Amino acid sequence: MTGPSLMDSLFQRTLEDLIKGLRLHLVHESTFISKSLDEIRREVRSPDLDTKAAAVQKVTYLRSLHGVDDSFAAFPAVELAASPRFRHKQIAYLAASASFHSATAVLLLLTNQLRKDLNSSNEFEVSLALQCLSVVCNLDLARDLTPEIFTLLSSSKQLIRKKAIATILRVFGEYPDAVRVCFKRLVENVESSDPQTVSAVVSVFCELASREPNSYLPLAPEFYRVLVDSRNNWVLIKVLKIFANLAPLEPRLAKRIIEPICEHMRRTGAKSLMFECIRTIVTSLSDYDSAVRLAVAKVQEFLVDDDPNLKYLGLQALSIVVPKHSWAVVENKEFVIKSLSDTDPNIKLEALRLVMAMVSEDNLSEICRVLLNYALKSDPEFCNEILGSLLATCSINVYEIIIDFDWYVSVLGEMTRIPHCQKGEEIESQLIDIGMRVKDVRPELVQVGRDLLIDPALLGNPFLHRVLSAAAWVSGEYVKFSKNPIELMEALLQPRTGLLPSSIRAVYIQSAFKVLTFCLHSYLFAKEAVASSSSCAYDLESGAADSIPERGCPEGSNLATSEALASSEQNEDFSRRFLCQSVEDNCTENDGDTLVAPGPSSSSASLNKLQFTRGSIINLLDLIKTALGPLAGSHEVEVQERAWNVLGLIKLVEQEIQDTPMQNEGKFVMEELKASDIMKLMHDAFFGELGPVSMSAQERVPIPDGLMLKENLNDLETVCGDVQLPTTCSFSLGKPHFEESCGALFDFQKKEELEPSSESTSMLAEHRKRHGLYYLPSEIKEITSSDYPTANESKLAISVSDDVDYLVKLTEQSLVPKKKSNQTKPRPIVVKLDEGDGVRIAANKPESKNDLISGAVREVLLGNEGIPTSSQGKHSDKLSSKTRGKEKIAIVQPLGSTGLLANAANSELANSSPRRSKHVSHGKEKKPRSPRNNAEGCEERSHRDKKKGDHRHVKNKARRSADGCVNVVAQTPVSFSVDVICLLLSFYIFYRIVIVIIFIVRDWFFHVTQYETHSRIDVSQFVNA
Amino acid sequence: MGIRFILMVNKHGQTRLAQYYEYLTIEERRALEGEIVRKCLARNEQQCSFVEHRNYKIVYRRYASLFFLVGVDNDENELAILEFIHLLVETMDRHFGNVCELDIMFHLEKAHFMLEEMVMNGCIVETSKSNILAPIQLMDKAS
Repeated sequence: MTGPSLMDSLFQRTLEDLIKGLRLHLVHESTFISKSLDEIRREVRSPDLDTKAAAVQKVTYLRSLHGVDDSFAAFPAVELAASPRFRHKQIAYLAASASFHSATAVLLLLTNQLRKDLNSSNEFEVSLALQCLSVVCNLDLARDLTPEIFTLLSSSKQLIRKKAIATILRVFGEYPDAVRVCFKRLVENVESSDPQTVSAVVSVFCELASREPNSYLPLAPEFYRVLVDSRNNWVLIKVLKIFANLAPLEPRLAKRIIEPICEHMRRTGAKSLMFECIRTIVTSLSDYDSAVRLAVAKVQEFLVDDDPNLKYLGLQALSIVVPKHSWAVVENKEFVIKSLSDTDPNIKLEALRLVMAMVSEDNLSEICRVLLNYALKSDPEFCNEILGSLLATCSINVYEIIIDFDWYVSVLGEMTRIPHCQKGEEIESQLIDIGMRVKDVRPELVQVGRDLLIDPALLGNPFLHRVLSAAAWVSGEYVKFSKNPIELMEALLQPRTGLLPSSIRAVYIQSAFKVLTFCLHSYLFAKEAVASSSSCAYDLESGAADSIPERGCPEGSNLATSEALASSEQNEDFSRRFLCQSVEDNCTENDGDTLVAPGPSSSSASLNKLQFTRGSIINLLDLIKTALGPLAGSHEVEVQERAWNVLGLIKLVEQEIQDTPMQNEGKFVMEELKASDIMKLMHDAFFGELGPVSMSAQERVPIPDGLMLKENLNDLETVCGDVQLPTTCSFSLGKPHFEESCGALFDFQKKEELEPSSESTSMLAEHRKRHGLYYLPSEIKEITSSDYPTANESKLAISVSDDVDYLVKLTEQSLVPKKKSNQTKPRPIVVKLDEGDGVRIAANKPESKNDLISGAVREVLLGNEGIPTSSQGKHSDKLSSKTRGKEKIAIVQPLGSTGLLANAANSELANSSPRRSKHVSHGKEKKPRSPRNNAEGCEERSHRDKKKGDHRHVKNKARRSADGCVNVVAQTPVSFSVDVICLLLSFYIFYRIVIVIIFIVRDWFFHVTQYETHSRIDVSQFVNA
Repeated sequence: MGIRFILMVNKHGQTRLAQYYEYLTIEERRALEGEIVRKCLARNEQQCSFVEHRNYKIVYRRYASLFFLVGVDNDENELAILEFIHLLVETMDRHFGNVCELDIMFHLEKAHFMLEEMVMNGCIVETSKSNILAPIQLMDKAS
């Protein structure tokens, strides 16, 4: 690039040309912009300031509207700011405030220019500089320019004063020590006669008080005067915001302000002020019934207004008021419900929140009914909002508000069937969670799970796959409650499960495994049981003969199933190729059957024993084999492995089951033995109770001695090299199976058996280890007392198996303590963990900056009250206001840094022995805030009450300066600013000693300062007046 | 900080003025503007003028082809911000005389100066039209 020529300057495009050009080049905008940027790059280097100004102007425009990177123009902007012409300055500062931020490198170069302009006699130049400073201010600028801003805070020019006030907020944020210098002047401005100044200063205090209200309590009298006197709505709104923050801290203050606020509410015609009054009352003054009634009456006016804005705000106000005054919503219930079908999604959402806030144990089912109806009718987005908030509300605090879990589980099933439902994940976790926590609901849960599983339509909706996975898990885990396990098995193996993702399919197969285990187990053991009695023959024969006459009896559905299965078996014999289809047919057939026939209603346990006949079991095995056979060759590891598990088990037991009926009874028992043993083993493995586990359980397991978790494992590789062979060998067990599965899927039975028992059990163990989601540690068995405790029992005893004694603590459970006695149905026990149900929140400190500001503010304010503690802030004010000239900066800075220490020391002084002030340091900022906040009020009062002699003050200060060095060494810096302060501290120790001496002398001379007489503030006086 | 940003956007979604009171990178601004504009322009006259977005509350108002969007803190008074928008429009109206989109396009700087007089550091500091315009008219005369 060449430098700009004279021609360039002469024919430079102005900003207006650029804008016109942009409008002409709508299509090729980006090329036009990049061309202009090239020009600008050249022009900003021009020595001619006018050219440079135009270039900077253009790049500012491009940046703010077209997002162009303008970092190259940063330095030219700084150059331009130094121009004597006002117009150039204006352009430069605008560019700076548009693109600079606190980390911009060239800011350093701007410091002097800003100082010069802040001291300028031209008020517009000052205001430009202030405006720029309020945007770009960083720590360095704030520190360097604090004296200038301090001066401007009492400028006679209203334009400048209000801008200085607005700027000071930013300065405080960057450099908390500025508070000590400027705070007094800021406070004086509250009493200014100029409304603009008051408006600005109230805005600043509103901001400050919203961050940390405690420190500003002593200023309440000033704000109160503004609240009563001001007629400017803007100011009133801000003052109300301040009081909303202050009132909760000081009950007597609340009592004072309630009347003026109500007065404003009655008087004003401005909706904005009205709303602010309402909000203040409902958020901070909700203990005052009459005020709340008035506010709610006004809210009602908002609600019936045609303006959607007011409607929205009215609903919002109601949702604030509802936790304490539910009557307010009940009065407006009709309107709220109507708003659920408003045209505005925001209003609908707000109404929904309100409805959810009204939910209680008593009206939950009614509200659910209404909301689900709305969910059916509304658009997908709002529908899911409804479902989401219902799910969230119901699960609060481990399903606290739910009494009838059977009902809730069926509602979950209903939600799944709402066409727009996309809340699969939440429903999934709740189904499983409830299954584990609430024993009583399991039969209903299994029923709901079954309904979901047999519905082939649901498989097509990917959002619901998670729900189905939960349903499958529940059905498998609690299959003993199932009315018809065989039907369940068919649902789990239906061909459309091919639509599921493999992870969920794996859950299906695993559940099928459990169902199969259960069926075989109950079949074998039921038979053993009946074998001893002579009546078994009937059972066996009826199964073998496939007789139909019992169709009408309660077991009809079951028999129909087995019949259908038998036919499917025949089909298989004819052609195994069309097998899938036939199974599908069977499934649909069965669905039809089961839907028509009412399910057996007697207790499931007794029924199950009678349910399985030999024929039905054989059909079941065939069904599984045909369904899972193809999956044994699946490429999905999870699916394949699980399918093999099931098939392996079948292979184990199949032979014996098919053979047995031909034997006589004595032999039969003997030969069954092996299969029975296996089934017993499997059954025991699967049907141990799973309980919820605390999130923090892992942490509480002590690390065994000698286990090195943090050891470096780099040298493991060399060791591994040696043992490579054995590892591959261990996998060889599975390998032939894989080949086999690929080769012959349907000739399964002819294959030789390869140690199936050891394989399946080891694989099973693998699974239990690996599949974390649905296999909670089986060791934790919660054994409750045999009959369920009543709902009023508060503790649930739990015993844990011996080898895991240390887990006892993990599963201490408690019940929801308070129960209504008049419930018709006792609430089932909900297992709760003592902790870990909620995410544990690490105690986190908020930003230390606010602490620093409020600390400084408190010091300045408290400094007014007690003479002994009014040290640094007062003096620095005094000094900087009285000593003008060059040394001022040098003095103010060290004061600021020592002031922080002084602050901490002062507040400590009030409630503890003087010795402790030695430990006082920035470490204090690290302490938890709440105790300090709580103690604040009394601390302040005690401050005021204490009148101590000057000698104490001097002594304290002297010791502090002596302790200075110790502090620097001993402290661990808590933040960057503290770092800086430490640095400054050590730097200015010498100064401090000198200054302290000056102070002592000064204190002696000027006993009464202007500030003490001027702005002594006393809340208690004011409140009691 | 009460006001976080002020945007003026025409009905095609083109930004005509963007003033931020907190620092965001250009990419962040673009993303934010895109999301907000999409959200607000999709709404109709019968719907309320407040939109919650991320951690902001957007208060917006439409004047002819131009949308005025103000992003504020969550506890800011929405109705007051609506009044502020109206005040801004009235001020510009008085200065430009029947203000339109083109006025703002070609006098973006002026619009920024007006905003600077009204809002500093996110706080509203001036609410009188003549006070806002006085320095600007003086500057006009001077240059």
